[in-house]
Amino acid sequence: MNNELTTTEKNVEQLDASATPSESWHDDSIYSPRFDCWESAEEIVMYGDLPGVMPEDLDIKFEDGQLLIHGRVQARHSDYEFRFGEYGLGDYKRSFHVGEMIDVDSISAELKNGVAIIRLPKSEHAKPRKIEVKSA
Amino acid sequence: MLASRWEPSVQMNRLRREMDRLFDHWGNGRPTSSRHTFPPLNLWANDEQLIVEAELPGFELEDLEITVTGGNRLRIAGERRPPEHQEGQWLQRERGFGKFQRSVDLPAYVDSNNVSAHLQHGVLTLTMPKREEARPRRIEVKVGD
Repeated sequence: MNNELTTTEKNVEQLDASATPSESWHDDSIYSPRFDCWESAEEIVMYGDLPGVMPEDLDIKFEDGQLLIHGRVQARHSDYEFRFGEYGLGDYKRSFHVGEMIDVDSISAELKNGVAIIRLPKSEHAKPRKIEVKSA
Repeated sequence: MLASRWEPSVQMNRLRREMDRLFDHWGNGRPTSSRHTFPPLNLWANDEQLIVEAELPGFELEDLEITVTGGNRLRIAGERRPPEHQEGQWLQRERGFGKFQRSVDLPAYVDSNNVSAHLQHGVLTLTMPKREEARPRRIEVKVGD
């Protein structure tokens, strides 16, 4: 029991004021958001972590075969004094090459709890189809 | 096919770094040091309140367990579950999933009964009123004779 408690205590950190990086303010840094991509027979679904981006601040463009994702992040708590931080605040940018199998006119996107969900339906000719095998 | 391409101007994301730690440390025991901890926290303050913020995309408030004990020990725990799909496969996985917990000592004592938590657009904001004794007070300086 004693041992347990000691271990727990060790796990508690002191927030370290010396760790204050200037990047913890909203600055001109651009961050590359992490994405997961799922492929099914019908579509590719992309999930991107974009915390702090509001729907009106998310731009998704398709241009020259590229899907361009730009999320703007507003400064937060500017009426408070910034004490220290472990992550920076800045805009998110990332681009993906989109191949010809995607029906680009039907790409759709939503933003939920800071996660962008982008759906890229496959074009008809790219969808798998069953080949009938006739007996000779 | 879909492939990722790095913009030359784009810096490595700190989220990527953090989530790498996440993959390393979620669900398999304790972080080895404070630098290997999820979620990273930012802290703001004024005379009356502390604001602690964490980026937690994809979480609902009910996925999180937030407690303040002893007036200054903040604990945030939770779990992020991957999206469910019927058929298909992952082409690319960069985001982390699983359970996490983190405990930190706040730089001031707070009124733990009046902590408010908001989770909006994947950002958790904890607003904590400082205890009376933790607030700055002006010391009156008397002019001596």
